[in-house]
Amino acid sequence: MMSNTSVLSVRNLSVAFATADGDVIAVDKLSFDLALGETLGIVGESGSGKSVTASSIMRLNNSSSATTTGEILLEGTNILTASEDEVRSIRGKDVAMIFQDPLSALNPYYTVGHQIAEAYEVHHHGVDKSVVRSLVLDMMTKVGIPNPEKRIDEYPHQFSGGMRQRIVIAIALINQPKVLIADEPTTALDVTVQAQILDLMKSLQLEFNMAIILITHDLGVIAEVADNVLVMYAGRIVETSSVSALFAEPVHPYAFGLLGAVTSLEASDRGQLDTIAGSPPSLISLPSGCSFHPRCEFVEFGNGKCVSVVPELRSIGTLGSSTACHLSDDVIVSLGRKAARA
Amino acid sequence: MFIFVVRRLFFAVVLLLAVSFFTYMLFAMLPADPAALTCGKNCKPDIIAANRIRLGYDKSFLEQYWLFLKGIFVGRDYGMGAAAFSCAAPSLGYSFGQHECVTTLIAQTFPVTAYLSIGAFILWMIIGIGVGAIAALHRGKWQDRAASLFTSIGVSLPTFYIGLLVLFSVVIWLRILPFPSYESPFDNPQAFLQTMILPWLVLAVLSAASYTRLTRNGMLEAMNEDFVRLGVAKGLRQRVILRRYVMRQAMIPIVTIAGLDFAGLLGGAIITESVFSLPGMGRMSIRAVVESDLPVLVGTTLVAAVFIVLANVLVDIAYGYLDPRVRVR
Repeated sequence: MMSNTSVLSVRNLSVAFATADGDVIAVDKLSFDLALGETLGIVGESGSGKSVTASSIMRLNNSSSATTTGEILLEGTNILTASEDEVRSIRGKDVAMIFQDPLSALNPYYTVGHQIAEAYEVHHHGVDKSVVRSLVLDMMTKVGIPNPEKRIDEYPHQFSGGMRQRIVIAIALINQPKVLIADEPTTALDVTVQAQILDLMKSLQLEFNMAIILITHDLGVIAEVADNVLVMYAGRIVETSSVSALFAEPVHPYAFGLLGAVTSLEASDRGQLDTIAGSPPSLISLPSGCSFHPRCEFVEFGNGKCVSVVPELRSIGTLGSSTACHLSDDVIVSLGRKAARA
Repeated sequence: MFIFVVRRLFFAVVLLLAVSFFTYMLFAMLPADPAALTCGKNCKPDIIAANRIRLGYDKSFLEQYWLFLKGIFVGRDYGMGAAAFSCAAPSLGYSFGQHECVTTLIAQTFPVTAYLSIGAFILWMIIGIGVGAIAALHRGKWQDRAASLFTSIGVSLPTFYIGLLVLFSVVIWLRILPFPSYESPFDNPQAFLQTMILPWLVLAVLSAASYTRLTRNGMLEAMNEDFVRLGVAKGLRQRVILRRYVMRQAMIPIVTIAGLDFAGLLGGAIITESVFSLPGMGRMSIRAVVESDLPVLVGTTLVAAVFIVLANVLVDIAYGYLDPRVRVR
């Protein structure tokens, strides 16, 4: 995954939020690289730090309560130390974002055409209105909105959820960004619409050669569109792997659990859904050592280190994966293969 | 949209008819004989009888109401022969307390109320929305706490208390302004401003309080909306986001309430006008109550009702303009 062509490099990103109950470390020393044309999936449960990571890249976190350290390099520019003006010129132009809920992501008081045009005009001053309008119509056609000539002057509430997400995508892509961050882009949509939106994102990625960070808790989505995957747990990366490696040979007990929790027809034959026992830890008082150890079935194989030592990410296996787990390589790989077959 | 407006206006007229009917029922319901009220203590039976016929109080209630309604559109003649007089359309009746057509009285007093209302309204919108916006932008800081103190004071203190306090301190104690004495802005603009500035401020500051709260909470609520985050993610400037995204949403309830509040004021700011001795419609209404001057009461009530009903229609139309989701097509 480390390559010279990376458009975005995140180095040791940590985000802490000050709350009344103490500091919450939402993201802890996260590093990854993203190449043009690549789709990186970030998976994890709610509260694992996926969305905070995403908003950090656009510096959308509330600056008064969040402390962000580390580096986020977009083609060499550190977003975290850039001036407010620089960040604003990056937002929506070089890095764009798709939000989870298309029903609330659009401004209800303006036409969709206005909102798409606004995204363009903020980074391109003094372009003729009619030129902008034809660009917007083009974009609406590209994201698959039928009859754009008519719909451009309609308001968000006149669109269905799937159509609204297409508008949100049009807003994100009108400036042909280098990086698109999609934060659970299909979670709020019907299953049939989900596939359409994912297909659309894939085809537009090819057209614009952009990198996509896809945040989701849905491994089905990951399998469909991602190239590489980060698995996050309690603010830390616990596994990185290619998408094929994740499904063939997961290398972290948490990832085993995630794979096991995917519903399939065979699983429902057994009459029961597999779950990961327990619940995600409170970020205010993380468990000692490996944050996952209280829920891990394999703690006894960790030579007692699981409870006391925070595991570092290390490469493992032959498929280019990394894991943050104290178990020995052999144990992990064999457990992983077993989990993948189940 | 056109049909919507026509329909709203039609129902507004129906509503006003109903209001006029129930207001006019004052005449029928009060135990006092309206004719006996026309000439005070020195009434003699023959004068009462003559006035009853002259003002039409001898007719049945429905007949009187009909004559009242008709008077609004075509004017009304009272009495016959040498004692005859008439009130031109739109006639709202004849005040036996002030020996003047009610319409004339309202025409005299309404401008005062209107100047008071418009001035105070402009001031309170600026103060209310301004302070509310500052509080929202500095949430939790001293500006926010100061605004919240301002809100509490404004909401809890009554006009007559603050009004008298201000009047006492500024006019009697500090002697910065002369004692209020109303003059038309066209005759004596300086005296007009000197008289109006205190009532404007008092009314504005007290009314602004609820607008401050409304603006602050509306803005904070809007700032949490996903679409505001998308605005930031687009790279828009904070100023633009505040205007097109945050304020746009926060303004909707404010417009609704502002319309109704303003219309309510136009019907007569009774306490403010009384405290600052402004010869407006509110003070005239109070006097009419004290003197049982029924025609004046009916007239001012009806005028106030017209403003409220009209404001409702305008607010509905404005609402559709501000929020496309409720727009009628």
